[in-house]
Amino acid sequence: MTIRLRVNGVDRTVDADPEMPLLWALRDILGLTGTKYGCGQALCGACSVHLDGQVVRACVTPVRRAAGGAVTTIEGLSPDGNHPLQRAWMELGVPQCGFCQAGQLMTAAALLKAKPRPTDDEIDQSLAANLCRCGTYPRIRAAVRKAAGLPEK
Amino acid sequence: MLCAMRRVFVAVAIVAAVAVVMRAAMLEAKPTQVAQPTQPVTGARLRGPEAFAGIADPAERSRALFLEASRVLTHPRCINCHPAGDVPHQGMTLELHYPPVVRGPKDRGVVGVECAGCHQDRNLELARVPGAPSWHLAPIEMAWVGKSPRAICEQMQDPKRNGGKTLAQIVEHNAHDKLVAWGWEPGAGREPVPGTQEQFGRLVAAWVETGAKCPPEEARP
Ligand code: FES
Ligand code: FES
Repeated sequence: MTIRLRVNGVDRTVDADPEMPLLWALRDILGLTGTKYGCGQALCGACSVHLDGQVVRACVTPVRRAAGGAVTTIEGLSPDGNHPLQRAWMELGVPQCGFCQAGQLMTAAALLKAKPRPTDDEIDQSLAANLCRCGTYPRIRAAVRKAAGLPEK
Repeated sequence: MLCAMRRVFVAVAIVAAVAVVMRAAMLEAKPTQVAQPTQPVTGARLRGPEAFAGIADPAERSRALFLEASRVLTHPRCINCHPAGDVPHQGMTLELHYPPVVRGPKDRGVVGVECAGCHQDRNLELARVPGAPSWHLAPIEMAWVGKSPRAICEQMQDPKRNGGKTLAQIVEHNAHDKLVAWGWEPGAGREPVPGTQEQFGRLVAAWVETGAKCPPEEARP
C-alpha cells in the first residue's frame, strides 16, 4: 500500500504494509536512523517521534496512522542542530552512550512547546517513561531546565 | 490361624476401601448432574436478564440485575482504567501501569506521554499493547477501584459523576461504546470480562427498566 506522509517538512511516499510500525518505515525505508529501536513494545521511549505535534512511540504506531500526517524525527528537530534543547544537551554533555537521547530530546521538545517554563514535576512526569540505561537522568533534567531558561540546579 | 485372620482382615479392608472410593466418585459426580441455574457463575459466564425473570418484585430484580452487571464493572479489564488515583492499573492484580504514566488534565496523559502515544485504535498483538478508539482513563469522579457494586451503582446514575448522562445514555454507552467493547476483546491472552457486550447491555437496560435500584452495600456478585 502506498502511504503519503510529510517527514521533517518533506513530502514522502512509502510503499509498505499499513500495519508496519512507523519506526520501520522511518529507519528501513526512509533511511532516517536517528530514531532508535529499543524495546519494540512502547516500554522505553527510544523511538519517540512527533506525529502532528504529538509524541508517539514509532515502534507501536502503524504507518497507516501517519498517512497524510506530519512526522518530525530527531533529524528534523532543527535545521542545524541548534534547537535550544540540542544546545543545552551539548553544553552539559548529556549523553553517555546516546542510544536513548533522540527519544529524550523529542519528548522534551514536545514538553517545552506546550510548557515553555515547566515545573520540575512537569519535567519528571513528561520524561518519566523515557528510559536511559546509562542513567543520565540528572543531566537530562538539568538540560531541559537550561533550555527553558530556568536555573539548572 | 493368625495368617487366615490377617487374610480376612485384608479382604475386608480392600472391600471397604473400594466402597469409599466409589462413594467419593458418586459424590463428586453429583454436581455435574445438577440443573443449570444452581451452577456457580464463574469465569466467562454472565447471566442475561432472563435469568432474573423469576424475581417478582421489580426492585429486588433491579438490584439482582445490577449485581450481575457488576461482574463486568468490577473486572480488572474495566477497573484498571477507572483508578482512584492518577495512575492507571494493569494486569489481573491491579499493578500500577508500566511505563510510568499519569492521568493528566484531561485523563489522556500529559504532554510527551499521552495515552494515544502508545495505545492505537486496536490491539497490537505482537507488541501486546492494548488499543481501542479513544483510549483514555475514566475521570476521577468515575473511580471504581476499591468501590463496592452499590457505590458504582450510585455513581453510574449520578449526572455529576457519570459525565452528565441520562440513564438511557448510560445504557447506550455500556451496550455500544467501543472502548467499553475492548473489555471483551482485550487481546494478547488477557482474560476478557465475562459474557458479551450485548448481554451486558441488556442487563444494564433491564436494570434501568426495573427502576435502577442499587444492591445493599455488602452485596457482592
Ligand atoms: S522502542 Fe519504542 S518504546 Fe522502546
Ligand atoms: S545515554 Fe545511554 S541509554 Fe541513555
